[in-house]
Amino acid sequence: MTAMLLAAFDDTVRFVEAARHAKNARYPVLDAYTPFPVEAVRDVIEHRRSHIRLAMFIGGAAMAALAYGIEYFSAVLNYPYNAGGRPLDAWPAFMLVPFATGILVAAIAGFAAFLIETGLPRLHDRLFAIEGFERVSQDRFVLALPCPQAEDEKLKLIAFLRRTGAAAIREVER
Amino acid sequence: MTLAAVAHERIAEPPARWTLPDVRDLETVNALIADPLLRRDTWTWRAWWIAFALSLALTVAFLLAVFLIFQRGIGIWGLNTTVVWGFAIADYVWWIGIGNAGTLISAMLLLMRQKWRASTNRFAEAMTLFAATIAGIFPIIHMGRPLYWYWLTPYPNTMHVWPQWRSALIWDFWAILSYILFSILFWYVGLIPDFATIRDRAATRRARVIYGALALGWRGSARHWHAYERLHLALACLGVPLVVSLHSVVGMDFAASLMPGWQETIFPPYFVVGAMYSGFAMVVCLAALVRWGFRMQGLITTAHFDVMAKVMLAAAIIMGLSYATEWFNAWYGGERADRSLLVFEFTGAYAPMFWALLLCNVAIPQAFWFGTARQNIVAVFVIAVLINVGMWLERILIIWNTLSHDYTPSMWRLFLPTAWDWITTLGSLGLFALMYLVFVRLVPVVSMHEVRQLVAEERSS
Repeated sequence: MTAMLLAAFDDTVRFVEAARHAKNARYPVLDAYTPFPVEAVRDVIEHRRSHIRLAMFIGGAAMAALAYGIEYFSAVLNYPYNAGGRPLDAWPAFMLVPFATGILVAAIAGFAAFLIETGLPRLHDRLFAIEGFERVSQDRFVLALPCPQAEDEKLKLIAFLRRTGAAAIREVER
Repeated sequence: MTLAAVAHERIAEPPARWTLPDVRDLETVNALIADPLLRRDTWTWRAWWIAFALSLALTVAFLLAVFLIFQRGIGIWGLNTTVVWGFAIADYVWWIGIGNAGTLISAMLLLMRQKWRASTNRFAEAMTLFAATIAGIFPIIHMGRPLYWYWLTPYPNTMHVWPQWRSALIWDFWAILSYILFSILFWYVGLIPDFATIRDRAATRRARVIYGALALGWRGSARHWHAYERLHLALACLGVPLVVSLHSVVGMDFAASLMPGWQETIFPPYFVVGAMYSGFAMVVCLAALVRWGFRMQGLITTAHFDVMAKVMLAAAIIMGLSYATEWFNAWYGGERADRSLLVFEFTGAYAPMFWALLLCNVAIPQAFWFGTARQNIVAVFVIAVLINVGMWLERILIIWNTLSHDYTPSMWRLFLPTAWDWITTLGSLGLFALMYLVFVRLVPVVSMHEVRQLVAEERSS
């Protein structure tokens, strides 16, 4: 079982600096937990490529195609109805339904992709059991780093985190 | 220095006026927004209960009216064979206009990086949701045969009949349906991190379980925030065209007809601006009430009212220009029916309402040219209420004027509303207030994570 160190900070400035220092000192940052998105920390953590927008595009385009297909099938193939010589496939008039439903399904697909990428819903996470973790959603900034196996390495890392201004450091199982 | 660099610097310029110094602390923000939900004992809810009782009474009246419409038919309204759309469709257009603005404001301001949206977007989006839901009720109750509403959907049936895809009414159905569902999703995504905050602050197990389930186990991981931001921004990008198309379609309900005063190409954009206008006015009213009710003077400042008043001023000018364009085209086009309708608008039976609408929508908002009016919250609130009244009169008159005064003089008749017309309209306001009151009691009324970010930025500047 590997362990990791959680270093909690009270304010953004120190937290961002600590994350940068950790990166410069070649300490791998596993994750960061913050009460709002902190842009500067994004570069410190390795991200997998997000496919949310691709999913949205595919979902939206597929729904739009389906909607247009239903319109075409019903108005041109299944029940062609000549009303004053108007074209059966009246594409400008047919555009709205694919557009509106396409956007809706793009949004739903995006949400589904968001859930898959983030692993949510996950109501039980080991982190929630850690004392003080509930402040992460309020006013605490937490940096997660892998805890070195060797004791002296670990102490070095803890000392490093203390220097960067961590208010609390805790070792937890990963 | 390149142009891009200049633009970036201007965006990065710290705005230090959207929160007051006494709330520039994360815990203060959390407490200010979350405590009314979680520490009910320290809050007096008297005003809330009074408002709740009033809105509940109005809602019951609304349900009674709807029941009677279903039971006896639309004859209980003041409709006649000439004016076949009375209050119901005007109310629909008015509500959907308000329902458009929340998402439009929220999404558009997000895309334009307007930081001040942080303290207004949540209740603006809630407004959207409830107003659009109420708007969706009106087209159903206005139908003579409401039980057949599902004929608007394409489904295999023994009659072998499909919806008429060329009809603006079909577009309307799909646009509203998509919009309401989209708005729910957009609203909920923005709420996930806030539900997590409420979960973590909750003292009782019940609150922890309910808000915890709603938060989906959100734990503020940087990876989650990254995915969240990508999704939220993409939804905003999709939301803006959806809103614009929705209200354009509402305009098309009229413009796709052949009636004088309706068949105008200006209608779609004119409806979109009108929707934004009345929606902004409603957001201002709600902002003033939320600010007063939850003592959020530190988060919703006079600077917010100032900037929203500027938007309303711009919209008032565009509305004035749109009205003038309509009048000019009616005269310049030379069509007899159009010119006759124009004279009827200014001098006919509904003329007092028409003048009142011009006063409310174009003349009075000109007060916003002056900083003293924009920074006086009472003044902004009163003018916003007048704008809402003016926009309602506009929707009413679009329908009454044209239908009362179309091509054939032998058909000209006036619309006289009955008590049920008024009960339906006022009752819908009660239903809106009821849903809103429930919302402010259960859901954080201001986006906590966005305000936290704003506060952190303002403090570091």
